[in-house]
Amino acid sequence: MGAPEEGPARHYLLARADFQSLFDALAREGYTTLGPTVRDAAIVYAEIRNVEDLPIGWTDRQGPGTYRIERRKDDALFGYNVGPHSWKGYLYPSRERLWAAHRSPSGFTVEPPEAAPPRYAFLGVRACELQAIAIQDRVFDGPYADPAYRARRASSLRIAVQCGQAGPTCFCASMGTGPRVGPDHDLALTELLGPGSHRFLVQVGSPRGAAIADRLPLRPATEEDLRARDALVDQATSSMGRSLRTDDVHDLLLGNPGLHRWEEVARRCLACTNCTLACPTCFCSTTEEVPDLSGDRVERWRRWDSCFTLAFTQLGKGSVRRSPTSRYRQWLTHKLASWQDQFGSSGCVGCGRCITWCPVGIDLTEEVAALREESSAKTAVSGGER
Amino acid sequence: MGPESVAASPTSDAVPGLPEYAPRPFLLQDRRQETSDTVTLTLVPADGGTVPSFRPGQFNMVYAFGVGEVAISISGDPTRDGPLVHTIRAVGKVSTALTRLRPGDVVGIRGPYGQGWPIDAAEGKDVVVVAGGLGLAPLRPVLYELIGHRSRYGRVEIVFGARSPADLLYYSEVQEWRRRTDLRLQVTVDSADRSWYGDVGVVTQRLPDTRFDASRAVAFVCGPEIMMRFVAQALEARGLAEDAVWLSMERNMKCAIAQCGHCQYGPLFICREGPVLSYRRLKPLLAWKEL
Repeated sequence: MGAPEEGPARHYLLARADFQSLFDALAREGYTTLGPTVRDAAIVYAEIRNVEDLPIGWTDRQGPGTYRIERRKDDALFGYNVGPHSWKGYLYPSRERLWAAHRSPSGFTVEPPEAAPPRYAFLGVRACELQAIAIQDRVFDGPYADPAYRARRASSLRIAVQCGQAGPTCFCASMGTGPRVGPDHDLALTELLGPGSHRFLVQVGSPRGAAIADRLPLRPATEEDLRARDALVDQATSSMGRSLRTDDVHDLLLGNPGLHRWEEVARRCLACTNCTLACPTCFCSTTEEVPDLSGDRVERWRRWDSCFTLAFTQLGKGSVRRSPTSRYRQWLTHKLASWQDQFGSSGCVGCGRCITWCPVGIDLTEEVAALREESSAKTAVSGGER
Repeated sequence: MGPESVAASPTSDAVPGLPEYAPRPFLLQDRRQETSDTVTLTLVPADGGTVPSFRPGQFNMVYAFGVGEVAISISGDPTRDGPLVHTIRAVGKVSTALTRLRPGDVVGIRGPYGQGWPIDAAEGKDVVVVAGGLGLAPLRPVLYELIGHRSRYGRVEIVFGARSPADLLYYSEVQEWRRRTDLRLQVTVDSADRSWYGDVGVVTQRLPDTRFDASRAVAFVCGPEIMMRFVAQALEARGLAEDAVWLSMERNMKCAIAQCGHCQYGPLFICREGPVLSYRRLKPLLAWKEL
């Protein structure tokens, strides 16, 4: 037994037959529910209203540069790994209007921002995704906190779901971000599916989560249910397909800008930006000026950008990072190393999306290992010369 | 409020109820052609309010209505209340639109942002200012400060270089400064025809001729990155400590508030930790190609 809140008293059971009550409770509390659903042969996040919208009986098969959905042998609701979408698409939309302005006697007048933020309930947030949200919170916080992000984040509800399996591209265990759901959530569900029994362990993580739980037909959980959850998490940990060694990665990446491996990976990299778009923490953006036909009114939009584009570092008549080598190096060193200097943690949660969704299957865990090998070989040689 | 808190916290002139991203309209009062592609704009708030105070080396996001925004350093006089002054070279779409504006037109301003030159740390010391081309624009406020409070500083040595005589900024002002006896200003150009009577050569060639006490001097350097690298090396060779040499870095910027990611330079956000940074912090980063 752990801390008192880990006891069965704080845990409840929701029968599979009653799962619709969660959707109904969220709707009654005024939330727009976003969760996993099958669309275009992938499990994506979209607005869902009914339990039937969930990917019932579906799972996915992932690998470097490959993703396929396939049928499960059971009717699990959450029996899949993370797909191409992440919650950042809702907290930090890919396109967002920053402001609008119209010409006026004083030159121009900026119009006040649009109405209240949406009230989202995120259903099916994995452990790594909770960490990704926490990482973006730190990006958009500070003296210039993004008010729109903060508002959406403050009004949203995070319903986590424990992973009972890990995919071949998952490496959250080595990043310390999973697979066990951390304490920072509103509700945490564990899908317990056995012969003749399909139920959900429900853990309440916040007062707002409790307000939802109060509306559900729950019964108390037993020690056995908690053990079943722990067994599931252990199963996910042991099925983790990849790992990344983190203890030396900061100095390894920032101390070796000239390794040959940077050139080698850049020959495979298409600089297509898929990894940065699929990444749940990548936050870079650019702006677009959208005037109307009269030219008297203009909207200023922010949209996701990527450090893999040539234009990203445009300065004067040229770009600073002209070679794909420099752009891949920027992405990896930022994600795993300089992010630590900037925000106090790694920028990577080990979700594996950048591996799965890379069209040529570049695997950052493999790249880091290769960089480490080349770096230590170099050190050994120079050490021998001394 | 101390200068540090001005630099580190959001501008108090942000439009109430609007996000930090919203620009404030400024009226173009005067436009002065500096060179064939560079103008100096003098701006006053269109709402009749006050011009935000700034530290030399800070920058604003300057907005051309319907075109876009660009980061421009402030070139006015920080020692007196006055209009906002920006010197802008027509390079891209936005800067070209800004250079074509006429008195009476309106631009948007948000800022000031970033860390400026550590001018307080220069008190009682010799000051070396090295500017290349448009690099004089963010250093002009330093010169106003040095001249305005001349007794606070030791020797003042200024080296100003440009590609050609036609590319020299603030020409009449530079001539005035050259006539002063309480500072020394050397002007050099990379190439010139026979009508030029001054020095020809890059700024580093003028540095051996500067006189300062390396144990109690600071240097402020701005220009093309390669020029700053060589100047910093030369100053270090003259005995200046790495943290006595300050450079102003330039990178693509979209937001100026460390959120768009464009200006990242290693672990630094140039908009927030810079644009002015010590050579001590920059030296290891300047060694990376295409960082």
